[in-house]
Amino acid sequence: MAIEIPKTPYSGKVREIKVGKGEKAITVGGENSYPFYLFEGTMTHKPRIAMEILDSPPQEWPQAAIEPFADVINDPVAWAKKCIHTYGAEMIAIQMVSTDPNGTNRGADEAAAVVKKVADAIDVPLIVWGTANHEKDTQVLTRVCEVCQDKRLIIGPVEEKDYKKIAAAAIGYKQTVVASSPIDINLAKQLNILLGNIGVADDMILMDPTVSSIGYGMEYCYSVMERMRMASLTQQDEKLQVPIICNLGKEVWKSKEVHLPDNENNMGNAKNRGIMMEAMSAMAMLLAGGDIIIMRHPEAIKLIKEMIADLTVA
Amino acid sequence: MALTGIQIFKLLPKTNCGKCGIPTCLAFAMNLAAGKAELSACPFVTEEAKAQLAEASAPPIHPVTIGTGATAFKVGGETVMFRHEKKFENPTAIAVLITDSMSDAEVTNRVDNFNKYTYERVGLKLRANAVAIKSISGDPSKFGTLVEKVAKATDGALILMSDNPDVLATGLKICSSRKPLIYAATKANAETVAKLAKENSCPLVVKGSSLEEIAELTGILNKTGVNDIVIDSGSRTVKQALQDQIIIRGSALQKKFRLLGFPTITFPCEMTNNPMKEALIASMFIAKYAGIIVLSDLQGEVLFPLVVERLNIFTDPQRPLATTPGIYEIGNPNENSPLLITTNFSLTYFIVSGEIETSKVPSYLLVMDTEGLSVMTAWAAGKFVADLIATFIKKSGIEGKIKHHKLIIPGYSASESGGLEEELKGWEIMVGPREGSHIPAYLRNLKA
Repeated sequence: MAIEIPKTPYSGKVREIKVGKGEKAITVGGENSYPFYLFEGTMTHKPRIAMEILDSPPQEWPQAAIEPFADVINDPVAWAKKCIHTYGAEMIAIQMVSTDPNGTNRGADEAAAVVKKVADAIDVPLIVWGTANHEKDTQVLTRVCEVCQDKRLIIGPVEEKDYKKIAAAAIGYKQTVVASSPIDINLAKQLNILLGNIGVADDMILMDPTVSSIGYGMEYCYSVMERMRMASLTQQDEKLQVPIICNLGKEVWKSKEVHLPDNENNMGNAKNRGIMMEAMSAMAMLLAGGDIIIMRHPEAIKLIKEMIADLTVA
Repeated sequence: MALTGIQIFKLLPKTNCGKCGIPTCLAFAMNLAAGKAELSACPFVTEEAKAQLAEASAPPIHPVTIGTGATAFKVGGETVMFRHEKKFENPTAIAVLITDSMSDAEVTNRVDNFNKYTYERVGLKLRANAVAIKSISGDPSKFGTLVEKVAKATDGALILMSDNPDVLATGLKICSSRKPLIYAATKANAETVAKLAKENSCPLVVKGSSLEEIAELTGILNKTGVNDIVIDSGSRTVKQALQDQIIIRGSALQKKFRLLGFPTITFPCEMTNNPMKEALIASMFIAKYAGIIVLSDLQGEVLFPLVVERLNIFTDPQRPLATTPGIYEIGNPNENSPLLITTNFSLTYFIVSGEIETSKVPSYLLVMDTEGLSVMTAWAAGKFVADLIATFIKKSGIEGKIKHHKLIIPGYSASESGGLEEELKGWEIMVGPREGSHIPAYLRNLKA
């Protein structure tokens, strides 16, 4: 009996974006079908995992997340190198937690100097992520753009309320921006348009739909991402044909459940529980359309990379 | 060609007797059209109308019930490819594998875990659904002993697995009254196994080596009167198994291809030896279309994230999940501890309570019924405003638990603070942060 395989009527594809420099530069995007629907289309570039580091020692990480980095946790440069050389990281994401005005409120110059050191020490693409405080991110991220001129960084989050100055700096110093919007496909599209209007080139934009962990509203970003892909691939919505980046690790590892001790509430081994919550959250983001996922635990990353390989095997 | 609700309504008795469980014939017709009900629920429909409606009204993916009583579950009945279009109907069932080559201790341990690992979330009890009992030896009496043991040890739904009809018959003799899922009819044994399914009125898995072969088999089974079918596409690689799930659902929904219009069963337990990888594969199948997933073992650290992911994916996107309103004590608060208030959108509650916990400042959290709306939405809709909040505070009983009269309200409802001070005489209203992530700093400052 012949089966008539249903075909999705694709009419567009996600833009290809190159980040980083030299041999280790990475191109993401280029897919012309839903994620892993390889019987219908191609994923020109496989999704990538960026490993997360902090610009200052973490305050509230559970033991399971600290353990793999215990020897480097006070030194962002050593931390980044360990991610690359020990855990095979293809990209690094530095979270600028020290700049949070509700925390240590480190100044822009000092913060940018740390980023510069890391950027100089590694050859893989570097993502720099602020604290989502508009005023402070404007100071810190513009300064980062400047001191890391031509490093081809990825700079985010760039939001509707602070995009002008940060994007201007990114244009001037040739950095890629992350357009960040609050779980809303229309706001995401609008911000991409605004960025285009002030002169950010199409191939210098990634978008962040705002993501969350399993159990903390994952279904909302999951569906928004699916709708973004639907719009970009089947409705020729050019302004949404943008690769998606998910800053996921920090969301998972702040959840209540990863902090509970072993066997609490029948939830088994604490370390493996955290790894599974991170890996499963990442799996969902990949199935919804994530092109770059920022993750924390090396074992969760190893599992998810195996899944990507299994799903894209020739 | 699918009929509209009105077309279907014309063929119904129009008595509004309610015997189908739905108050009016029109509403029942609408549900039929949406694939949310089955014609057999109407006891009075004429044979003639039945014939006309059968083809048009059957849901594109046949819903199949497995098990009996409180632990029975339904799979299939799905109507969309993407959850934002309309909710996913029947959550993926999770099963644990037990075989007749395992030691007694191992069997007991797995069944114990199956029974024990349950989780409360937003007032729902989350758990695994079924035990899959598999014959490796091919020995009917050995299988019978195992089925008996498992059936006694749990009230969960059962799946009986063997390619030998004699083995299956032995298992069915013991537990057919519990409506187990029979695994599996194949090209080699379809006729005999179909007979077993029919005699015992149990649902049946069809396993084939290709979708073409499966469609042929389901066609044959349908002709013999077996309709409660679950599909195993036979693929055991991640890539092929995912594609099978997508194609099976797509051909049923988009091509209205009845022969693949059944829920599926998948076997992460046969796809890797690493239990964590296995769980990750299972998480993929929850998002992408499996009816049942069979795992090799249940450990809390993998089952908990799986059942929560399932809850998320199968949440109705049009109806937010709500938390039970009331007083929540976080970190053993006392009569001097801070008092915060928020709305009962479950996500709001999870974030706010999580952040309070992170602050390590023992506190009371009042969760007010706003019909599952978040703070901003509830405020805009007039459901989280001064007079309602004041009434809630007075009725909540919180005044018996604290000595002070200070209330911290969310930053997004700051404009209610004046009104609240008027409504709640003698109370000091404090405006907290707008974002949950700023709660720990706020509470620590308060304490300092």
